[in-house]
Amino acid sequence: MMDWQGQKRAETLMQILLVVFAVAALGIGYTLASFQTMMLIYAGGVVLTALITVPNWPFFNRHHLKWLDPSEAEKHPKPQVNVPTTTKKKSSKNKQ
Amino acid sequence: MHSFGYRANAVVTFAVTILAVTCAMVSLSDNFNSPSPTADVKVLNINWFQKQPNGNDEVSLTLNISADLSSLFTWNTKQVFVFVAAEYETPQNALNQGNNLRGKDYNMTLHWHIMPKTGKMFADKIVMTGYYLPQDYK
Repeated sequence: MMDWQGQKRAETLMQILLVVFAVAALGIGYTLASFQTMMLIYAGGVVLTALITVPNWPFFNRHHLKWLDPSEAEKHPKPQVNVPTTTKKKSSKNKQ
Repeated sequence: MHSFGYRANAVVTFAVTILAVTCAMVSLSDNFNSPSPTADVKVLNINWFQKQPNGNDEVSLTLNISADLSSLFTWNTKQVFVFVAAEYETPQNALNQGNNLRGKDYNMTLHWHIMPKTGKMFADKIVMTGYYLPQDYK
């Protein structure tokens, strides 16, 4: 499980890692004049990025959600809904 | 990035999109290459030169082809397809049809197609002039 902050971190990390690996692969492959080297570097980078950003690592669950404290909730009661049967009772009393 | 499956899908999709962009850049890098091939085609022998039943002439040649095509290859080259064509004009046709070709002059053209690993294919040729068919059929 990841918290909201963790999810944002995972997404940003994934985008940055993939772009960095692609640029590095392109640069190294072009310099070494090897298409295969470029593809291998990029493939390795994709696998590494998936390992880092896809599973629910504890690192992505550090900013826990703050639920409302129960004592604080009691101070603010739920609003009451008006019940129609109370008006009927009043009219029968007036007749008597 | 809500669940494991959501994030896995996001990684794969983004990775493939970036791969497409990278391949486009690789293909663009081929434009920086300015090839300078050399070629020499010698006609060693004219084996026969006949008139065919359908009216066209037929020639069989033995050639000695030497070429240096190493400048065509880049890191993005899968293979280079090379062929030699003989080209000539007649009063009726601009290219390569006709009969009565005795004594005709023709060009030998070395064509190449550079097939890439990814992206655009380049094709070009060298035209060599100064070849002549014999005056008589044989």
